[in-house]
Amino acid sequence: MTSPIAPDLPAAGRMPVKPRAGVWRRLVKRRLAMLGLGIVAIVVAGAVLAPWLTGYDPNEQMFDGLTLEGSPLPPNAQFWLGTDLLGRDLLTRILYGARTSLIIGIVANGVALFIGTLVGVTAGYFRGWIGSALMRFTDLMMAFPALLLAICLAAVFEPSLWIVAMVIALVNWVQTARVIYTETSSLAEREFIDAERTIGASAPRILFRHILPHLLPTIIVWGTLGISTTVLLEATLSFLGIGVQPPTASWGNIIFENQTYFQAAPWLVFFPGAAILALALAFNLIGDALRDILDPTQRGRA
Amino acid sequence: MIAYLGRRLIQSLLILLGVSLITFALLYLLPADPVRQIAGRSATPQTVENIRQQLGLDQPFVIQYWRYLVKLASGDLGRSYIQRSEVTELIVSRLPASLLLMVGAILCELLIGLSMGLIAAVKRGTATDQTLMVASFVGVSAPQFVVGLLLLYVFAVRLSWFPIGGYGTWRHLVLPSLTMGILGAGWYARMMRSSMIDVLRQDYVRTARAKGLARSAIIFRHALPNAILPVIAMIGIDIGIFMGGIVVVESVFGWPGIGQLAWQAIQRVDIPIIMGVTLVSAFAIVLGNLLADVIAPFIDPRIKLR
Repeated sequence: MTSPIAPDLPAAGRMPVKPRAGVWRRLVKRRLAMLGLGIVAIVVAGAVLAPWLTGYDPNEQMFDGLTLEGSPLPPNAQFWLGTDLLGRDLLTRILYGARTSLIIGIVANGVALFIGTLVGVTAGYFRGWIGSALMRFTDLMMAFPALLLAICLAAVFEPSLWIVAMVIALVNWVQTARVIYTETSSLAEREFIDAERTIGASAPRILFRHILPHLLPTIIVWGTLGISTTVLLEATLSFLGIGVQPPTASWGNIIFENQTYFQAAPWLVFFPGAAILALALAFNLIGDALRDILDPTQRGRA
Repeated sequence: MIAYLGRRLIQSLLILLGVSLITFALLYLLPADPVRQIAGRSATPQTVENIRQQLGLDQPFVIQYWRYLVKLASGDLGRSYIQRSEVTELIVSRLPASLLLMVGAILCELLIGLSMGLIAAVKRGTATDQTLMVASFVGVSAPQFVVGLLLLYVFAVRLSWFPIGGYGTWRHLVLPSLTMGILGAGWYARMMRSSMIDVLRQDYVRTARAKGLARSAIIFRHALPNAILPVIAMIGIDIGIFMGGIVVVESVFGWPGIGQLAWQAIQRVDIPIIMGVTLVSAFAIVLGNLLADVIAPFIDPRIKLR
């Protein structure tokens, strides 16, 4: 720390390590990754245990949930995070909203990851006209403003939880496809793959036994970072009123429903907003730590 | 160079053609019927049929798309179904507001992002560095509508430093630019940090230190100019992120740009406007990528155009 512009000494993390041995152990050693894991654990616990954590129903409009003039209540002893415009308990809705975010985060991101990997591997390994066609299509998708495309798609289909998940998947596979394509095409030229081909290994065998295991770190990193993007996109679509539809609670549509009143009742934006930020941040932190651990070319750079 | 440019231009045109085809197909499949929207509820079936014919919506998909392309070639994006005015005119009249917001956002991004990255790189490994990097993560993880609403609440409602929304003076521009800029600043901070760290590792920086130059001279005169260039080159690519955000930010702040236009059009199923804005955004993104690629070799001669 004597001089900030001293040349870098090789960090301990750059010593050769057994691949993937103790990823978990190295992950929990990082404070930021631990913070991320902690947030995810809290959100998952809140989503799973929602009915036991709160005595209220997420859709119950309570008489004592509004003031005599009919405005929502600020946080108080009875309603810890206050109530919304319809007199529903905000904490309860946020807990149930966590279910929506997690379901969409996992399903939409899983599907996007699957499509992206499939497209990337096919284009990178088989090349030829299928490969170029797939990658040209990927380029095309990259030129779409993602949110605008999602909005058009969401407008075409009647929005429901699963449709929103599919819309997000259809928009979000593109980045993964690009990254997987680049990696697969450089892997496909390596000697050990050539050797496999020479001894007559079939394409599925090469793909599943040799290419996919090498891609696994990339898939894990992008899969984790992708959940963050997905959570944000769902919240944004729901905020615009074309995502998950009320009365199903989602962090985005809680803000959508109460937006007109936010000047008088800022907690209705603040708490769900903080929840979205925390979950997106958590997956970004975990993903970034995983990238440092799993991707040797990135190590020591960021 | 010329051959490369020519090839990239053709590629870009093909991409835009593809974007128009996909958007057109999506909107063709839209279950909401624009004719019913225009005709109103009390219209007779006869009127509905007439309007459908007038707009050419009774034709098969291929013919509708072809007609659209022919008009598009002369810069005509068609007529809005509801506002009864030319889409090209509507977009052109709203483009200045969006461009102004874009300039404001890019200024915020660069100002916040580059200084965060620079400080983090110089203080590498310290608590300052860690705090700044966490802050950059918060920036990229914060949903823009929440940031916008909170900035509005604190700086417009509570402190009344800025107006609650609308368009006109520089005061109106601050909060929306900041909202858009916070997301980008997070990315720029990370890029700037790693670029600066790379530069500080170079031999010439060590030489500068060895000859006894002051730390500030090394950082600002020798390292910064080299570190900043590759980051600046990303602005072109950044346009994509920007285009994604304008719908939300413009509707939160009541900013009269193309994002708000698109949002209103989506709610009223005004297909020609949705098509128009999507195409304009895609055009901006393609142009941004093209610029980024063309500029790159000028910034770093080691990159060759292929």
